[in-house]
Amino acid sequence: MSFIAKPKVANPSLPVNELGLNRRNYEGSMSTLCAGCGHDSVTAAIVQAAYELALPPQSVVKLSGIGCSSKTTAYFVAGAHGFNSVHGRMPSIATGANAANRNLRYIGVSGDGDSLSIGVGQLAHAIRRNVDMVYILENNGVYGLTKGQFSASADLGSKSKKGEANEQEPIDPVLLALALGASFVARSFSGDKEQLVPLIKAGLSHRGFAIIDVLSPCVTFNDHEGSTKSYGYVREHSQAPVAADYVAPQREISVSYQPGEVLPVTMHDGSSIVLRKLDPEYDPTDRARAAAYVQERAMRNEYVTGLIYIDQKRRDFHARSNTVDAALNSVPFERLCPGATKLPKILGSFR
Amino acid sequence: MPERASASPRVNDFTVKFANVNGSGSASANSLVMKAIFRMGVPVVGKNFFPSNIQGLPTWYEIRVTRDGWRARSGHVDIMVAMNAETYAPDVREVSPGGCLLYDSTWPSSTLLSRADLKTFGVPFAELCNANFESARARTLMKNIMYAGALAALIDLDLEVIRTLLAETFAKKPALVESNMKAIEIGYRYAREHFECPLATRIERMNSTAGHVMIDGNTAAALGCLYAGATVGAWYPITPSTSLMDAFRAFCGRHRVDAETGRNDYIIVQAEDELAAIGIVIGASWNGARAFTPTSGPGISLMEEFIGLAYYAEVPAVIFDVLRVGPSTGMPTRTQQCDLMACAYASHGDTRHVMLFPDSPEECFQMAIQAFDLAERLQTPVFVLLDLDIGMNDWMAPDFKWDDNYRPDRGKMLTDEQVAGLGKFHRYLDPDGDGIPYRTLPGVSPKAAYFTRGSGHNRFGVYTEDSAEYQDVMDRLTRKFATAARLVPQAVADGRSAKAGIVCLGSSDAPVREALATLRRSGTAIDYLRVRGFPFGAEVEEFLATHQTLFVVEQNRDAQLRSLLVLETAVDKQKLRSILHYNGLPMSASWIVDGINSALAKGVAA
Repeated sequence: MSFIAKPKVANPSLPVNELGLNRRNYEGSMSTLCAGCGHDSVTAAIVQAAYELALPPQSVVKLSGIGCSSKTTAYFVAGAHGFNSVHGRMPSIATGANAANRNLRYIGVSGDGDSLSIGVGQLAHAIRRNVDMVYILENNGVYGLTKGQFSASADLGSKSKKGEANEQEPIDPVLLALALGASFVARSFSGDKEQLVPLIKAGLSHRGFAIIDVLSPCVTFNDHEGSTKSYGYVREHSQAPVAADYVAPQREISVSYQPGEVLPVTMHDGSSIVLRKLDPEYDPTDRARAAAYVQERAMRNEYVTGLIYIDQKRRDFHARSNTVDAALNSVPFERLCPGATKLPKILGSFR
Repeated sequence: MPERASASPRVNDFTVKFANVNGSGSASANSLVMKAIFRMGVPVVGKNFFPSNIQGLPTWYEIRVTRDGWRARSGHVDIMVAMNAETYAPDVREVSPGGCLLYDSTWPSSTLLSRADLKTFGVPFAELCNANFESARARTLMKNIMYAGALAALIDLDLEVIRTLLAETFAKKPALVESNMKAIEIGYRYAREHFECPLATRIERMNSTAGHVMIDGNTAAALGCLYAGATVGAWYPITPSTSLMDAFRAFCGRHRVDAETGRNDYIIVQAEDELAAIGIVIGASWNGARAFTPTSGPGISLMEEFIGLAYYAEVPAVIFDVLRVGPSTGMPTRTQQCDLMACAYASHGDTRHVMLFPDSPEECFQMAIQAFDLAERLQTPVFVLLDLDIGMNDWMAPDFKWDDNYRPDRGKMLTDEQVAGLGKFHRYLDPDGDGIPYRTLPGVSPKAAYFTRGSGHNRFGVYTEDSAEYQDVMDRLTRKFATAARLVPQAVADGRSAKAGIVCLGSSDAPVREALATLRRSGTAIDYLRVRGFPFGAEVEEFLATHQTLFVVEQNRDAQLRSLLVLETAVDKQKLRSILHYNGLPMSASWIVDGINSALAKGVAA
C-alpha cells in the first residue's frame, strides 16, 4: 500500500463535469492494497466513469463482499453510501437495497473467490433476477488476503507462486453469466482503461444486471511465469471482437464509422453505446453464438474482452415485480396501511 | 391415554377428533364443522396434527368445544370421527370411556372397532357417496363433507349455518354449494334416521364468539406486516412459515396495488436460500424499507452469519421464526419452543438479540408491528418467535384493533433537512446516551454518506483494528441492549402474593392459564409471569426475586427459557424448576397440573 496521503485540496485547474465536480470528488479513501495491484486501476476506472457520467455522488450505492476486491468500495465515490457485507453475499444485499430504492445506481465490486466459490449461488440468482446494477468482478485467479490459494477461476494447469499446478476446471464468469441469461456481459483488463471506462459507463446506463469480468492481476501472488492471470499473459492473450464507445444522452453520435461495422444500442437512460465490430463475424446480441465464440477462443488460450453480450429488452427485477416507479422506501405510510376503516372487512373474512 | 369419563352430558364442553388421510380433502370438512360451532356462538380451539407430506399419510384435526373459552388442548377425545383405516386401532383407543365413535361402516367392521364402553355410530359413507355422486373425485371429497353432515345431526349443528358457510366459501361456484349441501344432508338424514339425535354431548347456541375471529398466527403476523408498512418481504419456502408470506402476498394483492396504474407498493422475493433471504432483508432495511423474512429453525441456522453483521453494523431486520421441532430437519409440522437460545445469541462473536414472544394471533398482529418499530428504533435484528401451534392453527381471537394515529417509529434516521443542518455526520456516535446512534439512508447527501461494514470499526464508522476503538463500539452495543430491555413489550404478571410462580412464554400461556384455574380450585394458589420480550425487563427480575419457587414451563427438552433466565437475570438458579413438554404436540393443562402437583408432593414450597 501507499503511505503518501492524498492532498485534501484539489488543484483548482482540474477540469470539472456538468455538476461542477472534478475527478478528485469521485475518489474515496486511500487504497490499502499492494502497490501495483490491478484492483487499484479498476477503482480508477470507476472514478473516471462516475466523473464522466457526472453522477451525483449520493446517487451511487457501493456494495461488496469480502476479499481484496471488496475492500475497494471504500476507495471510490466517498460521497456515496457503501456496504461491505459478508463473504460471497453481496448480491443479496444489493437485491434488497435495490428493492427498497430502484432510483439509485448500484455498483457491486467482488472478486473471483467472493463471486465464483463462496458466492456463486448468490451471483447466479442475482443474474437470474436481473437486478439493476453493475457487478464488477475483479478476477485474479487467486485468494490474496489468505495468501495465494487458487480460486475457482484459476485456469487448468496454471501455476501458483510455489509452482503447484491447478487441476480443477475453472469457472468462467462470462460463460456462467451467459448461461444464466445475464442481460449485459463484458470482460476487460485492469490494464486497459480505454476499454474498461466505457464499459463501466455502459453498464451503469444499462437497466438490469451488468456483469463486467475484469482480469485484474495480483502482483503479490499471481503475477509470475505459469500464471494465466498475470499482466504479461493477459496482455498477450486478450482479443476484443467488439469495441464499445459510450455516447452520453445529450450528445450526438459524431464519430464516423464504416457502414456495417457499427451497431448503436440505445440505453434506457437515453445514452447509447456504439459497438464497433473488430471481428465482422461477431454479433453481441446473439447469446448462443457469443457463448460459442468465448469458448472457442478460450480453447486457443485467448480471453475475449469487450462488450460480449447485451440484451436491452430483458425486463429487470422491478419490472418483473410490477413495482411502482417511486422508490418503495419513499411511498407514504398512508398509502401502505389500509387503516381502521378497512380492518372490519378484512377481519370479516375470518369469522 | 383417556383421562376421565365423559358420560355426563357435555353440552358445549367436549373434544371431537377427526382421523383422516392427508390430501383427501378432509381439511375443508373439519374447518366447516369448526366454523359452524364458532358461528353458533360457542368458543372453539382447533388443532391440526398433520404430517410433513402431500398425500397419503395419516392426519388428525382436533376441535375442542369450550364454553368457558379455554384456549389449550383438552388432552382427551370425546368423539372420534375415524375415517382412516390405517389408524383405526390407536384412534379408537384414544377415545375417553363413554365417548363416541363415528366411522365408515361400508365395509364389515373389524373387531378393532369394538369397545364396549363407547357409543358407536356406523354410517356407510362410501356406499352413500357411490350411490349419490358420479365422479371418483367427488366420491372421495364428498365422503368428508358427508361425515360433517352426520356429525351435525349427532352434535346438533344448525344446517342453515352450514349452508351459509358453504355459500360464502363457494361464492363463485354455486354448483359446489349444492353438491356439498347434498352430501351434508345425506349424512345428516342418515344419522337422524338410524341414531337417536342429538347426543348428550352436543352444541347449544351461545353468544360468546361475537367480536372474535378464527385466525392463525401466521396470517395475523402477515396482517401486522401489512399494517406496519412493510414493503419488502424476502423468504425461502419452509414449513411452518410459508403461510405467513402467502398471507402477506394475498393481503398485498388486495391492499397494495395502485388502483390507477395497477402497480405494486411492495415487492416479495422468493430467495434461493435463507442466506439470501436475510441478506435481502438487511439490504432493504439498510436502504430504508421495512423488510422482513419468515422462516423456521433450519433457516435461522443458515442466517446466522448475516444476523451477526446486522447486529454489529446496526442494520434493522425483522425475522419471524415459526418454531418447529428440531434439531436438524426434526419434525417440520410439529410445535416446539426450541430456538430460544439459537435466536438470543445467533451468530459468532459477542451478539445478543431482541426477541418477542406472542402468545396468540392478536399478539402476532401487534408484535409484528412492534418488531418493525423496535428494529428501526434499535437498529438491530428483531426476532418474533411464534410457536407452530400459534402460527399454523386457527385460534379464536378478539377482533384486532387499529389506531389510525399510529405512525411507524423510524428511529434515529436523519432526513435531508436534518443532514443539511449538521456540521459533520458520524455513524456510530452516541449523542443521546442510550447506545443508539443516528443513521442516514443512501441518496441523502454526500455529507451524510457512510460506510457500513462488519469488520472492526470505530465510533466514526471508520475501519479500525485499534483495541480501544473496537471495545468502545462493543461497549456501546451493550448499552444499547440495556435500552432494548426498556423498550420490548413488558412481561404480564398475574398475582404477587404466592410463594410460587409459573414463568412461561408463547403458546404455553393457554394451558398455563387453565392449569392455574384447576390448581386454584384444589386450593393451590400460584402466581404467573408470561414473558413477552427479550432482553428481560426489570419486571421479570422483580417477579423472579419475589418468589421462592419458580416453575418454568416450556416446550423444549433443554429448558432454554430457564437457561436464558439464569444467564440474563440475577435469579438464584436453585429456585427454578422446569416443567418441560417437547413431544411436538401442544401441551394440555393437565401436563402442567401434574407437574406442579408432583413437585408439591415432593415438598416444594407453594
